[in-house]
Amino acid sequence: MSMTSARDISASAGVPRGAFLDYPLGHTAGRPNEPELNHSIMADTLAAFEAIDEPGTIVDLSYHWADSDEWKDGAMRPFVPHPGAAAIDDRVERFPEPQYQTDDDAEAAASTHAGRECLVCAGVDF
Amino acid sequence: MNSVTTAEREPPVPYIQRTREKYDALGYDEFRWLASEPPAPWSPLRKPLAESHLGLISTGGVYRNGQTAFSYKDDTTYRAIPTDVETSQLRATHFAYDLTDARTDINCVFPIDTLHRLVGEGAIKGLTQSFYTCMGGIYSQRRVREELVPALVERCVDDEIDVVLLVPV
Repeated sequence: MSMTSARDISASAGVPRGAFLDYPLGHTAGRPNEPELNHSIMADTLAAFEAIDEPGTIVDLSYHWADSDEWKDGAMRPFVPHPGAAAIDDRVERFPEPQYQTDDDAEAAASTHAGRECLVCAGVDF
Repeated sequence: MNSVTTAEREPPVPYIQRTREKYDALGYDEFRWLASEPPAPWSPLRKPLAESHLGLISTGGVYRNGQTAFSYKDDTTYRAIPTDVETSQLRATHFAYDLTDARTDINCVFPIDTLHRLVGEGAIKGLTQSFYTCMGGIYSQRRVREELVPALVERCVDDEIDVVLLVPV
């Protein structure tokens, strides 16, 4: 079963079973610090998991991000600094080195692997 | 597709079209999305979820403090996250989505607490010992197909998984 917030991409990929949550990217399973909402989303996802009997079916979960759907207008749009200007590539650079959330993480990873106690970073060469 | 859209709501964001337009505006070649021919692969559920062990694979770039973080350039590695992990030890790093909410509550992209609760309620029999995470946004479909997917499938089979929940981001 695939959860998804990009319905067309999942449909194109041909997921066997899908549950579409109409939220901005980065919220495929719910909203921060809203456990009751997230529980409801997951319960509906699991119900769909059991109910779907036709391959390729994507169920639309009945949740909306906000009263207004305005957020959709700006999703995945090119950045144009002012009207009439050329688009600028504002995408995050694709750094080839590990990108840690915190400095502590980088130190913890170095310490773990120096001690050869890998916490399963499969495919990473040391 | 089998969706119904009410008059008050806009349809789902058309990411494939928007990406094409964005790349056009930037002068880049078209991004080639995975397009599979129907019918979708299919395995019927052998037993109810209440009798099943559930595994999870997330592409949100989630890792645990102490693990090597993902890079942003076609990183086809994966991480095994023990399902009894302290949630506060989980991190998210990715180039293709706003990480603010995932870093506030990892359950937005890695619903581990949510699933534990559902196990406690009997909706699922149990979770597998580990969940798996990887970096999405890998531009090479070939590398995903030949490197990442076989490794993940092997782990799922070894874990004697009954069902797997995919959480792409």
